[in-house]
Amino acid sequence: MSATSLREGRSDPAAHSISLVLNGQPRQLDVLPWTTVLDLLREQLDLTGSKKGCDHGQCGACTVLLDGKRVNACLTLAVMLDGRDLTTIEGLANGDQLHPLQEAFVRHDAFQCGYCTPGQICSAVGLAREGRAQSRDEISELMSGNLCRCGAYNNILDAIEEALPATRGEGGA
Amino acid sequence: MNAHAQPDSSPLGRPLDRVDGPLKVTGQARYAGEFNEGGLLYGSVVSSTIARGRVLSIDGAAAEAVPGVQLVLTHLNRPRLAADDDSYEDMDSAEGSAIRPLFNDRVLYSGQPLALVVADNLEIARHAASLVTIEYAAEAHQTDLVAALDQAHAAPAELPEPRGDAEAALLGAALSIELEYALPIEHHNPMEPHASTVLYQDDGSLLIYDKTQGPQNSQQYVQHVFLLDKEKVRILAPFVGGAFGSGLRPQYQLPLAVMAALVLKRSVRVTLTRQQMFTFGYRPRMLQRLRLGCTANGTLQAITHDAFAQTSRFEDFTEHVVEWSGMLYHCDNVRLGYQMVPLDVFTPLDMRAPGATEGVFALECAMDELACAAAIDPLQLRLLNFADTNQNEGKPYSSKELRACYAQGAERFGWDRRSMEPRSMRDGHQLVGWGMATGVWEAMQNPASARAALAADGTLTVSSATTDIGTGTYTVMTQIAAAAMGLPVEQVEFKLGDSSLPTAPLQGGSFTVSSVGTAVQQACTALQGKLFEVAQRLPQSPFAGAVLEQVEFVDGQLRLRESPETALAIAEVLAASGPLEAQADAKPDEKRDKFATATHSAVFVEVKVDEALGSIQVSRVVSAIAAGRVVNPKMARNQILGGVVWGIGMALQEETQIDHNLGRYMNHSLAEYHIPVNADIHDIEVIFVEENDDVVNALGSKGVGEIGIVGVASAVANAIYHATGKRIRELPITLDKLL
Repeated sequence: MSATSLREGRSDPAAHSISLVLNGQPRQLDVLPWTTVLDLLREQLDLTGSKKGCDHGQCGACTVLLDGKRVNACLTLAVMLDGRDLTTIEGLANGDQLHPLQEAFVRHDAFQCGYCTPGQICSAVGLAREGRAQSRDEISELMSGNLCRCGAYNNILDAIEEALPATRGEGGA
Repeated sequence: MNAHAQPDSSPLGRPLDRVDGPLKVTGQARYAGEFNEGGLLYGSVVSSTIARGRVLSIDGAAAEAVPGVQLVLTHLNRPRLAADDDSYEDMDSAEGSAIRPLFNDRVLYSGQPLALVVADNLEIARHAASLVTIEYAAEAHQTDLVAALDQAHAAPAELPEPRGDAEAALLGAALSIELEYALPIEHHNPMEPHASTVLYQDDGSLLIYDKTQGPQNSQQYVQHVFLLDKEKVRILAPFVGGAFGSGLRPQYQLPLAVMAALVLKRSVRVTLTRQQMFTFGYRPRMLQRLRLGCTANGTLQAITHDAFAQTSRFEDFTEHVVEWSGMLYHCDNVRLGYQMVPLDVFTPLDMRAPGATEGVFALECAMDELACAAAIDPLQLRLLNFADTNQNEGKPYSSKELRACYAQGAERFGWDRRSMEPRSMRDGHQLVGWGMATGVWEAMQNPASARAALAADGTLTVSSATTDIGTGTYTVMTQIAAAAMGLPVEQVEFKLGDSSLPTAPLQGGSFTVSSVGTAVQQACTALQGKLFEVAQRLPQSPFAGAVLEQVEFVDGQLRLRESPETALAIAEVLAASGPLEAQADAKPDEKRDKFATATHSAVFVEVKVDEALGSIQVSRVVSAIAAGRVVNPKMARNQILGGVVWGIGMALQEETQIDHNLGRYMNHSLAEYHIPVNADIHDIEVIFVEENDDVVNALGSKGVGEIGIVGVASAVANAIYHATGKRIRELPITLDKLL
């Protein structure tokens, strides 16, 4: 589905027109004021990589990068995207070349079911940009907003610890 | 990792990366609620707010008046449904009458789905659902296990017969203890909420993406409940965002979505909210009473173990809770009991290592208490009472390298440096405690089928209707097939998650490698037979006088074992034959019958408890596992890590609390139902001890999905006792219980 097929986009007087950069591409979208970024991505733009685990900002599965900062897409309204730069998990790889964190997640088996994984990776990219995490314990603390029910935390830490320098080197996102 | 002779090139035992890893890290893996198509409708569930009673009326007028609402579905306007219990049965049914969503006006538990509002988009559906008003005739309910213990009845389970005379042996024992343990309700809470996307096809058939551990289970359920022809229903589940048992039975979002699709002749998706993830199966609340008696030197003389578990009023949910107490240690006087307490709640559901998680928790805490009472090292007590046979079944084990688990785990952990006295170890203001426990799980095998097909270009596609719920099934089956066919893994693809594929059992019970892996192996063997037949008929075939047993399949070739230079590329055979395929229907080998089969573990845990605050940190875990051959150590380790994390959550955090006045859960969110977060988890070391087993199946592999959790919570509880001197027999062990 493309954005232009949005029902509300054409017919609903409540719709707002917004401009944003989505995964590097300039986009014009008509969105309703109550639509969250997460529902916009998943249900209207067919970008289902951002996951809905709770819809309440409690699990981190929907973490995306808004102007390079990690945010919960389920707690962010689509109208707030106007003039902003949004990166989702679909925008991290460079063609077939995986982002260093994506590579590290595969190599360290930092997931099982994979449902929290896009949020974990986006969160780690945001973490790298914040420049706060200096130790393994700090990474662990600062990644604790991203739940993993499969319990792959040790592997997640291994992956992030390894890929953090390369991620910082490329300036975050 | 294993001693089975394999050529160096064999992918078995290699720590291959997940073959589906790139899809998962790029967001391309699609889960049940993520298949979109134009015109898809969205359903939002309206749940009951009372625990027991009748629906007097449902007013959907306000919802129907919202622009974009297509349907308010209730028991009054639902499509025709089967009206017999058999049609609602599934592969993991409990004893009784399964719930029938929107069947009639009865309310059997709080959170029961009573209506589905279907609309053009999610927001409209959700808003309109909030406008539906329901009038009830509420009836008195009971949701408290403890208050209803007097209504317990014997569980419909075949327990081992009592052996010896436990009562007399307890009376005569030099030392005896009697203990009671309490476990709360726990919910699976996979990260992906349950969802079903029903794509209504032009011919009226249904293509359904469902969150399930068994696509064929969901297929049969929809077919039977909706009185449809088999070919009208196909279930797909290419990716499952965690399940842990929650997808073993079809959950109600599936029939609700199907109902709406059939009524509207449109495609419909129903995704449950996180709150609604607390409105179906769970690990049941349970009380357990154990009595252990031993001689002065610690030799077990008697065990009695009685469990009282909650169930629903419409089904008796049973699991293997107490059996472990009759098999884990040698003891000649054992009596086991299991009672059900029906309440106005939904039926419990298998949850990671169902039964063993609870029963072994109680047994392994009791063993620690017995060790303290007898002033024996807890590990020594276990070694002293080691069981070489399964006394429940009167059979020897096909393999049981539990002694190696004890030895290697203890050595790695440094167990010999443990002081016996509680509160005797400390790290600054933190009390340090070391505890251990044994774990055990059945090593089962179920019938399963698989198809192996070689395309003209030499790629091998193997398929079976199993699922990969994070277990690594895509990868492990690829490895098994590649090893069997002598092909590089890059040339092999494994297909799953489709009800139209060859029959597979539910993904569960740690039996997928054993069951489906065996079928994959046998399908490849059958395909080798076909390749060989073609190869023999080729002009000037080097195999003309050979028999299949003389041939091996290595490096993409058929070759004679005795003279490997006599070889033919599989590609050459295929050039002559065209594509080839074979199917195998695998069953457990009869030689299993004479043996008991199980996986074992020894878990060692260090906790640090803040003396002033009571906060608890599990600072170190060593888990030593005996599970036969490990097909992929990277993925198997991940399974054990996950199990340990689950055990830590069970010990310290997880509890679904009910307000018994309302008969309703109070903490049905991920903010208030606590599961471990990254910072809760510290060092976890996993050891796979060498265990050779040529009985359990041809792979020698037992499965590792469950064993990682079993025993962990007891080891944590025992470590907390060692740190603090306080026995907490009610989980979770929160800091308030230590202060």
